[in-house]
Amino acid sequence: MAKLIITLDGLLLSEFEIDKERITIGRNPHNNIPIDNLAISGEHAAITTVNNEFFVEDLGSTNGTLVNEQPITKHALHHGDEIEIGKYRLKYVNVQELGSKIEAHETGAQVFEKPPFLHPNQIPTMLSGEIPTSDMMAHTIPLIMPEEAQRAETARRAKIATETDLPPSEAMESHGVVQILNGPNASKELALTKTLTSLGKPGVQVAVITRRPHGYFLTHVQGDHYPTVNGQDLDAHPRQLEDHDVIELAGVKMEFYLK
Amino acid sequence: MDLRLALEIVSLTDPGKVRSQNEDSITTDNQAGFAILADGMGGYNAGEVASGITVTLLADGLKKALHARPPEQDQCLLVKSEIEKTNGAIYQTAQSQPQFSGMGTTLVCALFHDNRVIVAHVGDSRLYRYRQKGIEHAQFEQITRDHSLLQEQIDSGMLSREEALLSSNKNLVTRALGVDPMVNVEVQEHDALPGDIYLLCSDGLNDMVDDEKILLTLSVLGTNIKLAAQQLVQMANDNGGRDNVSVILVRVLRHFPARRGFFAWLSAWLKK
Repeated sequence: MAKLIITLDGLLLSEFEIDKERITIGRNPHNNIPIDNLAISGEHAAITTVNNEFFVEDLGSTNGTLVNEQPITKHALHHGDEIEIGKYRLKYVNVQELGSKIEAHETGAQVFEKPPFLHPNQIPTMLSGEIPTSDMMAHTIPLIMPEEAQRAETARRAKIATETDLPPSEAMESHGVVQILNGPNASKELALTKTLTSLGKPGVQVAVITRRPHGYFLTHVQGDHYPTVNGQDLDAHPRQLEDHDVIELAGVKMEFYLK
Repeated sequence: MDLRLALEIVSLTDPGKVRSQNEDSITTDNQAGFAILADGMGGYNAGEVASGITVTLLADGLKKALHARPPEQDQCLLVKSEIEKTNGAIYQTAQSQPQFSGMGTTLVCALFHDNRVIVAHVGDSRLYRYRQKGIEHAQFEQITRDHSLLQEQIDSGMLSREEALLSSNKNLVTRALGVDPMVNVEVQEHDALPGDIYLLCSDGLNDMVDDEKILLTLSVLGTNIKLAAQQLVQMANDNGGRDNVSVILVRVLRHFPARRGFFAWLSAWLKK
């Protein structure tokens, strides 16, 4: 069961059980959670439930809605998330998500290593918005929840991981550049900001530089001749590029360096 | 007929960075002109068994049917009935052997015939088409629509595409092979043109690598599809490799009209 614990300046005001598909929060009294405060818009935010997943959504409020101190327009809620509306804090608590996480952690072994199969018969009832019978809940929830909770957790971890270390374009503080050394285009530079950058003449000789989390790699793609790096012929395998390596292909010399 | 001169096919499968087992199975045949990819599910090694049986039985079935078929039989029906037979066999195995109970698999299959491609799928394994339009422009399209809870929620308007990206039950499939005695196979037929590249993949690829990066890979490495396949798997693993990842790339090199039967030839000749 999911609920919201509402506090103001660290003082507990009330608890609200999320027992409907959609609940609204705002200053107007007709909201499910009315909060009479000028910093809060008439219809400020809503919480929607889709198949045991909870979303919080800002309804175009004047002062905005924060989740874990980040402004959001729409956000999938996870146990422990803190929604901030004006000076009010609403902590999202999902006992099932928490419980199954502990369970999954304790047992370690998962029955389904792969996506669990959802029996087609179960879906129409769940999609039509009818309230599932307790009998059906008993069937569907144990099947879906542990995996779902685990997935949510891995998805969140992955998100943190990509935010902090990976995203190839921003996080790598230096990026590679190739500068042409001879011919009519001499001294022209090519920034290697994409995952893949191709070099050479199509149909004659083509090589590609791939950008990976741990560096840049040069690979031969097409043509009878292989490119050279510092005068050495490349073979069929990718070669990691070092700062100031000199690449030669199709008669063009270029230098790779990190900016 | 022999399609070896018309099709170039490469395939690659990898357990990924997290899982120890590979429950994906793939097989290709560029003589008969088909590619099959299955992503198995079920505890212990049942997923591997389900996907393994599927590709083996379906490949055998297709080869026999293509060889024996009377010339005018509809290829779509042929593929559909072979998949239904395969489903029956996996379902029987799952029912009769307790260690395999509850196993199932997704499937995507492409059969190339007479300048066309017949695409059949069950579950969330996908087929994409990369098609060159002019010199600078290319079109990249997802041909199959996932049979997944998420896709149904999007279709029914319960979730927007933005919400779908946030959803945590991306991988619940609503159709699979081997879980029921009957299976609802989706079959489509499209023209295949020289230069087209078809990508069959398991969700281990499209969950980890966005479509834009897949398109970039195919446009840069389309002339060397072996390298393109390696690059796709590598990107999935570089992004975390949370699932098994499998890719099959099929490049159409030239037109492949079917050789007509003797009677078709004779009637054409008599009309002259």
